[in-house]
Amino acid sequence: MIAFLIKRLTFGVFVLLSLSLFVFFLFFVAPGDPARVVAGDKAPEAQLQQVRENLGLDRPMPEQYLRFVTRAAQGDLGFSYRNRQPVTDLIMRRIPVTVSLVFGGVLFWLALGVPIGIISARNPGTWKDRLGQVFILLGLSFPTFVLGMLALYTLYFLPRTAGFTLFPPGGYAPFLENPAKWAWHLALPWTTLALVVAAIYARLTRGQLLQVLGEDYIRTARAKGLTERRVVYRHGMRATLTPLVTQLGADIAVLLGGVIVIEQVFGLQGVGALAVQAVQNQDRPIIIGVVMLGGLFIVTTNLIVDLLYAALDPRVR
Amino acid sequence: MPLIEARNISIRIPTEDGVVHAARNLSFTVEAGSLFGIAGESGSGKSVLIQAIMGLLPQAEIEGECLFQGQDLLAMSQEELRALRGRQIGMVFQDPLSSLHPYYSIGRQITEVIHTHEDVSNAEARRRAAEMLEKVGIVNAAARLDDFPHQFSGGMRQRVMIAMALILEPPLIFADEPTTALDVTVQAQIMELLKRMCDELGVTIVMITHDLGLLSSVADRVMILYAGHRLELGPASAVFGTPTHPYTQGLLLSSPGISGPDEPLMSIPGRPPSLLTTPRGCIFAPRCPQVQEICRTPPPVREYADGSAALCHFEPVPHDMEALSHAHRATDATEAAPLVSIRGLTKTYRIASGFARTRELQVIKGIDLDVIRGETLGLVGESGCGKSTLARIVAGLEPATGGEVDFDGSRLSDVSGREWRELRKRVQIVFQDPYGSLNPRRRVGAIIGAPLKIHGLAQGGALKDEVRRLMGLVGLNPEHYNRFPNEFSGGQRQRIGIARALALKPDLMIFDEPVSALDVSIQAQILNLIRELQEELNLTSLFISHDLTVVRHMCDRIAVMNGGRIIELEEAGMIFAAPRKDYTRTLLAASHVPPRPAAPDHRKLIATLPQQGAV
Repeated sequence: MIAFLIKRLTFGVFVLLSLSLFVFFLFFVAPGDPARVVAGDKAPEAQLQQVRENLGLDRPMPEQYLRFVTRAAQGDLGFSYRNRQPVTDLIMRRIPVTVSLVFGGVLFWLALGVPIGIISARNPGTWKDRLGQVFILLGLSFPTFVLGMLALYTLYFLPRTAGFTLFPPGGYAPFLENPAKWAWHLALPWTTLALVVAAIYARLTRGQLLQVLGEDYIRTARAKGLTERRVVYRHGMRATLTPLVTQLGADIAVLLGGVIVIEQVFGLQGVGALAVQAVQNQDRPIIIGVVMLGGLFIVTTNLIVDLLYAALDPRVR
Repeated sequence: MPLIEARNISIRIPTEDGVVHAARNLSFTVEAGSLFGIAGESGSGKSVLIQAIMGLLPQAEIEGECLFQGQDLLAMSQEELRALRGRQIGMVFQDPLSSLHPYYSIGRQITEVIHTHEDVSNAEARRRAAEMLEKVGIVNAAARLDDFPHQFSGGMRQRVMIAMALILEPPLIFADEPTTALDVTVQAQIMELLKRMCDELGVTIVMITHDLGLLSSVADRVMILYAGHRLELGPASAVFGTPTHPYTQGLLLSSPGISGPDEPLMSIPGRPPSLLTTPRGCIFAPRCPQVQEICRTPPPVREYADGSAALCHFEPVPHDMEALSHAHRATDATEAAPLVSIRGLTKTYRIASGFARTRELQVIKGIDLDVIRGETLGLVGESGCGKSTLARIVAGLEPATGGEVDFDGSRLSDVSGREWRELRKRVQIVFQDPYGSLNPRRRVGAIIGAPLKIHGLAQGGALKDEVRRLMGLVGLNPEHYNRFPNEFSGGQRQRIGIARALALKPDLMIFDEPVSALDVSIQAQILNLIRELQEELNLTSLFISHDLTVVRHMCDRIAVMNGGRIIELEEAGMIFAAPRKDYTRTLLAASHVPPRPAAPDHRKLIATLPQQGAV
């Protein structure tokens, strides 16, 4: 077990290093002079030279990369070209927003998607299943921003014109200051995120559970005289859990790296919004920081999923 | 009073293709304390019958009645049936790996039965589970309660299944092919255990199997099913000793163990009918050797004085079962030069595991073997003994770890790429699973013609002609050139596999369990085909099987493998007459051969009843 952990951790570090090399390389081949972004378009050549020296841009590339990696390992991702703030601070300030959005969304989409999948799988071919399939199809085909706009229109704009406020149009309130306000602000983004992602989970649960319910050991469970409820939940869902956890790990990792569309629609200042701004401003240190953060999330969630796998499936232990 | 009285059970299952008539008008009784066998080939409806009675096939429509201890199972609600399952009727299924939940410990799976039907503490349930596991032969059971199914061997898993079925000591056990997925020696142990446990606890067994040899050795009464029809029913001694129905006779005579090593097997032509259509007359008529005009009308049930009954127009016709005579195949094995010569062969696999360190597993531990030109050499052994690995190495599909394999003078480890190409042409394999080994998206003509095309031996019209000739040679209709594999039955697919292997006129044919996936009646057809081809084309072959009776029937010499070594190598007849090693004796003792049926010339007909509800 320890050997496995060490192996996986080493591999994770290797992945992150490769990623850093890749983004660093992009940083250099991409057109545009960073010094000009910092100093402004009309800055004289002498000033540009000064900026290059300050930022270390005049040093050889391997030296710059080495400095970047050693600093990044200590949590220092450099400074924004635009406002000179430390990139780490900028990102840390955004993380609570994205984390709140993602983990609230996870609860919502699991609570919505998994039961729909179970009902579909238990009644294949019936109207209940068809209804579930319609839900899946809609969820998969609706663009996120349309769904977000719809939510805003019906739950914010319409009540508003009628003279009362049901939900705010967006924004964020820190959890530690006022949990109720926090949840109230995030209700619409959560719902939107959940509706989009729940379809994937409904489809996955349906497919997996249908397959599992056809397995020989389910027949054994019925032959033992177990109630149908116990057969489905204890024996069927137990075996369906593993693929669900895998999917969940991948989804959480990707979304933590930035939920771009939903953050834009609801004016949330999360990691996704930061990334969009940084791209518009050509603020390379921030772009690199966000990419590295996404990589870090993916590596860690993968490790957690692998450990969960061992906990869930005795054959892997 | 009988424990089960089934009357006129008919089962229909609606599917996308139409209504499957899985059982038609079945009646039988099972006496308490006896072993009742239900025999039939795949698709005969034997498993469906049991599962439908138990309420495990919710989509099935069932008619008739099935009294169990005086209550009609078919009239019960789902909830009443559920309460009965596990408590009054235990079930043992075929494959103990897939039938146990992989994620729960065996202790939990067994105690779950107790908790479902009784209100007892967990400690008490675990104590009883351990006690029962101990009884079925799990050593140190209390300590193994928290182990998972994958930590047990196949035979041990089946013991766990049996413990689970017997934990509440139900009066009745349904055992659906309980030994089919196991090795022969393990089969014998499990069957013995099942019988002993049921005798001790006074449990009645209804056992489903396709293995007539096994059934003839354990059953008190048997029912022969064919396409959902009860063709014969009676005491095992009568049904196996003097079979009345032509189908039963045919089935018994198709077992390779019954015919002498040099006679072709009696085979039943054709294949089982579709269950989607309703036959006008006798269901077996299209394949029956004794078919006559009257067979177009529904046959009556004829009952005999010895307690058996058959669904046939005719009283048994005495026919000469000994009439088959044969010429001995002349192979003077000792004089010819070997085609393949194997010396000191070893093979080691490295097993990488997620958590543990890489392990080494030696599957072949030093083998010396010669395959002589013109002979058929049999390789027998249980799963995991290395017989398939050996075949793959000889075929050049896998490199050996140590030792030498010479094929017709060339050393396999030294040959260059181009020579490999030539060698591959000369060795061909027929694989076990005719379903998995044919590409479902390629037409049969393309599959059979592929080797010719790859080696540039024929193309265009010539290729097509050659493929058609090969199809004819193996008994396929050359008109079916453009069909896909899924349009063929299992037996026909194996013929495709054989035709493909023959296309290059190989010097050595390797048959890797060529009939183990097929039903008995089909198996006989394929074995006969292989024998004919061997004689016609003078093939040298390596014939791999776990089934001793099949190997004896097919081979000149037999090598018995165990644990990666050849422990005995002898003329086929000698191995059976005078086995020298204990392991060979165990293998021989474990394989059941149904008795050779006698001509049924002295049976007394006592009643002829029109078949009820037959249309």
